[in-house]
Amino acid sequence: MSATTPLLQIEGLNAWYGEAQILFGLTLHIAPGEAVALVGRNGAGKSTTMKAIIGLVRRQARRLTLGGADLLALPTHAIARLGVGYVPEDRHIFADLTVLENLDLGRRQRPADMTLPDWTTDAVFDLFPQLADMRGRLGGQMSGGEQQMLAVARALVGNPSLLLLDEPSEGVAPIVVEQMTRALARLKAGGLSLLISEQSSDLCAAICDRAYRIEQGELRAHGPRTGQASETSLKAALAPGNAPTR
Amino acid sequence: MSGNAPAPVLEVSALTKHYGGVRALDGVSFAIAPGELLALIGPNGAGKSSCFNIINGQLRPDAGEVRLHGRAITGLAPRRIARLGVGRTFQVATVFGSMTALENVQMALIAAQGRVFRLWAPARRMAREAALALLEQTGTAALAERPAAALAYGDVKRLELAMALAGDPSLLLMDEPTAGMSAEERQAMIALVRRLTRSRGLAVLFTEHAMDVVFGHADRVVVLARGRLIANGSVEAVQGDPAVREAYLGGVSASISETP
Amino acid sequence: MSFEALLFQAVNGFASASGLFLVAAGLSIIFGVTRIVNMAHGSFYMLGLYLAVTLAPLLGEAFGGALGFWGGILGAALVTAALGALVEVVLLRRIYAAPELYQLLATFALLLIINDAALAFWGPEDILGPRAPGLSGSVEFLGRRLPDYDIFLALIGPVVLVALHMLLTRTRFGRLIRAATQDREMVAALGINEAVLFTAVFALGTGIAGFGGALQMAREPANLALDLSVLGDAFVVVVVGGMGSIRGAYLAALLVAEVKALCTALGLVELGGFTFNMSRLTLVAEFLVMAVVLVIRPHGLFGRPQPAQARRGEAEAPLVPLGRTGRLIALAVLVCFAAIPLFSAVASYAPVLALDMVIAALFAASLHLLMGPGGLASFGHAAYFGLGAYGTAYAATVLGLPTPLAFGVGMATAAAGAVLFGWFCVRLEGVYFAMLTLAFAQIVWSIAHQWEEVTGGSNGLFGVWPDPPFDSASGLYLAALGVTVLGLVLIRRLVFAPFGLALRAGRDSRLRAEALGIAVDRVRWLAFAIAGTLCGAAGGLFAFAKGSISPEAISVGRSIDGLVMVLLGGVHSLMGPLLGAGGLTLLQDMVMRESPYWRGLLGLIILLIVLIFPSGLAAGLRRKRGSAA
Repeated sequence: MSATTPLLQIEGLNAWYGEAQILFGLTLHIAPGEAVALVGRNGAGKSTTMKAIIGLVRRQARRLTLGGADLLALPTHAIARLGVGYVPEDRHIFADLTVLENLDLGRRQRPADMTLPDWTTDAVFDLFPQLADMRGRLGGQMSGGEQQMLAVARALVGNPSLLLLDEPSEGVAPIVVEQMTRALARLKAGGLSLLISEQSSDLCAAICDRAYRIEQGELRAHGPRTGQASETSLKAALAPGNAPTR
Repeated sequence: MSGNAPAPVLEVSALTKHYGGVRALDGVSFAIAPGELLALIGPNGAGKSSCFNIINGQLRPDAGEVRLHGRAITGLAPRRIARLGVGRTFQVATVFGSMTALENVQMALIAAQGRVFRLWAPARRMAREAALALLEQTGTAALAERPAAALAYGDVKRLELAMALAGDPSLLLMDEPTAGMSAEERQAMIALVRRLTRSRGLAVLFTEHAMDVVFGHADRVVVLARGRLIANGSVEAVQGDPAVREAYLGGVSASISETP
Repeated sequence: MSFEALLFQAVNGFASASGLFLVAAGLSIIFGVTRIVNMAHGSFYMLGLYLAVTLAPLLGEAFGGALGFWGGILGAALVTAALGALVEVVLLRRIYAAPELYQLLATFALLLIINDAALAFWGPEDILGPRAPGLSGSVEFLGRRLPDYDIFLALIGPVVLVALHMLLTRTRFGRLIRAATQDREMVAALGINEAVLFTAVFALGTGIAGFGGALQMAREPANLALDLSVLGDAFVVVVVGGMGSIRGAYLAALLVAEVKALCTALGLVELGGFTFNMSRLTLVAEFLVMAVVLVIRPHGLFGRPQPAQARRGEAEAPLVPLGRTGRLIALAVLVCFAAIPLFSAVASYAPVLALDMVIAALFAASLHLLMGPGGLASFGHAAYFGLGAYGTAYAATVLGLPTPLAFGVGMATAAAGAVLFGWFCVRLEGVYFAMLTLAFAQIVWSIAHQWEEVTGGSNGLFGVWPDPPFDSASGLYLAALGVTVLGLVLIRRLVFAPFGLALRAGRDSRLRAEALGIAVDRVRWLAFAIAGTLCGAAGGLFAFAKGSISPEAISVGRSIDGLVMVLLGGVHSLMGPLLGAGGLTLLQDMVMRESPYWRGLLGLIILLIVLIFPSGLAAGLRRKRGSAA
């Protein structure tokens, strides 16, 4: 695959929750090895975009492909097996399962033709050393930050080619955000593609190459690099028609 | 506030709540005066919802007290607290989908008047004028006969506000009153709340993520971070507070001053 | 009553607990993963027993008695599991996204179909199985003889409990089950094929139930009443133990079985000059256990609060009172019905059929008050029908009260029952509400069956004839019509009154209603009591119409008839249940006399409705109309 061929390609994506349409004709793409930010307010459609990619909401599009494979007709588990890792908002750790059991459920062999590093259980313990010390602990007894690390680790051991991270710094202590930022930077350096949604985007600013802004389910702006800091300044930076500056 | 401030509508003192080993709230105290619009802000997980849910009775604190007009209401059932004059709106606005907008408000008024167990007389003639007046005040009078399930989200939010006002509350709890609204709707909504607060002498406690709403309209701001109250003061004071900037605001306060 | 006798019964209790546990555990696991309460779960238990008594002699001829017996049990469990998998793939897969009520109805339809299939295949007679080779003796225990097989059964429960525990904690399949119980979407997002997992879980759950049934081979004959009786018991166990908890299921099964065993052991008890036969009160004891547990722990011993995610159809349109035309039509229909006795000369059957329809209409309308405006689907409305009918019959025959007074006694009985049971039921919602109402109905049914001194046991009460002027077909019919019309007017007034508005408010958004100061539980309790009382009136009329009442007439089948009437007509309108009642009564009258497989046919009709309109009948019709226009 050449660098110009996008890994993920979305054209004209509409998505619904029940009867209510949430996304309206979203178009975006992610190149291999690229980290892309999805910014917007609460309820703008960031989570729905993620869920539409992984197939957890009803959706329809002119195009929704991963590495050329059509995702529209596939059930969620098949999309995950094609190489999409999903770290949902609120983490969705299995509370009654231990750290190791959580990881075990996510574990999948690396495809033979994959050039990315192999994420074994040991490799994710190396990335998040705290997890190694609590492998027998129940997910429900971990702090928000620890759960967030576990959620990322659980997605990684499936050896995805694209990782969807829905608000990975939400409700997490700043120190964990820093650690998460470093970990994500390492993943990106390893060649993994990332789609990260954020309301306040310190984390995105540090690692993302490009940013999309969505408002009320529509793409409002798109730029080569997000502004740093707050939602408000980001909004100014990504206001319709304005190329982001910082 | 000056020395001869009116007696507070709501006082919370030393609220503490644990979940397992996690301290969601740790000795939080503050008060609200009549006619005051008080914003409760902080990062996700700071304890805002725990605080809110303790005040409205959905949650029982491990320690601390909630007083309404000096009377302890800690641990009362939500409906009891509602009957004592506490109105509330939810983050995701909820109304009764199978009723018209007018019926929704009539229901709220009937409940406030304690006439729920009337079994015979038709409800549609009850509290009709008062309900229409509330719809008028919240700018939804034109939608009176429309089914609530068919209303646009912004209208649902305003209808919910009309219902919350039906009990003629002295305190209004609003959980993210502008969540899910467009920028214009957001400003209109908070301006409406602002007007109602003034005209009714109503105390409003609200949580909000949209800083333009908070800094543009709140009389006072209380900031929570990791279960503790880290600031309590005027918009200017809170914006300038280094602890708040570090814990929550980051660069917001700097850039917000440019935005009206 | 000696201590030895108590201890002896306690051991017996362990044996019964094992059977209960096997059914409840499967029910619980299936619900945990698929969020479907399998109403047909008792049917798989029953199938397990039928298959075992069929397979064991066959295998016994080929391989000898021992291998035949144990092979029969194993074979029955495996075949049941395979049938379970088939059912999941063919039926359940289509209804995972359907409203909860439809899922309950679809699996109940399955129960009806399986029962009639068993009737066709094995016939109506009970079938005895062979005794367990090597375990047919007994051991001397505290001076009594305790069958070997009971000791074996007592051990099976804990063995299966441990085995299930190992499966859930030590295997990947078990981890998947636990994970899917907590968060199905996340499991799929991790690349795990949910469809296969669901099929496997359903096969596992039904297989365990089949195993539990097959094990009873040496204890009781296979019979067609097992499915419902086991289902009722399993619901009690699951509600007491906490949905989704395996050890809760065992503990609850043990608790229920031991309390029953204790009652049996106590036998006749003298208390303050009265003699109670405690062994007849086992079901009351079961009820008391459940009541105590639910008061202390509303979600059961080991249960957790379930997120209220009742999938319901789309929001209803606001209710509008009848306009002038509507009122004229209603009046015209009423006049037509009132005129029916005039035609009795030409069609003598007309008033009889019309009487059935009028009673059904009151029955369905009272259920609709709960289901429609209340949003509470009761699967046990027959209980109040039964209480009304038995109360009326007892007052009219044994007490010899005049007709109107006897009728009043019946309504009062139903009202008392509804107030008592309703207090527990309205604390729950969705499937829990459905399960608890069904369990209460089973208890009422069993009391009618067992309390022979008052209810006449399985024969029921006879000679319930009304006094003049109600003793003629027309007289009774007109009186019934009057009562029904009064009931309907009351329901309509209620629905448009503040009370009805509050009932709908609690259904639309409990959170919002509570925040407005509405005591939703109390509103629902009163609605439950009113619905029960009106249903009792229908029951009283029924007793007079038939001249008798027996447990048969108040079985779960009647509860389901009510649900079908309401659904056929449409939950969303007040007219729906009346049309449904009329339609179903006519259909029943035509088909029932033609075919012994009436229930199975009803099951097929329900399945068709659910499969063709998976989002609800009313919504489906509206969509059809929309696309046609």
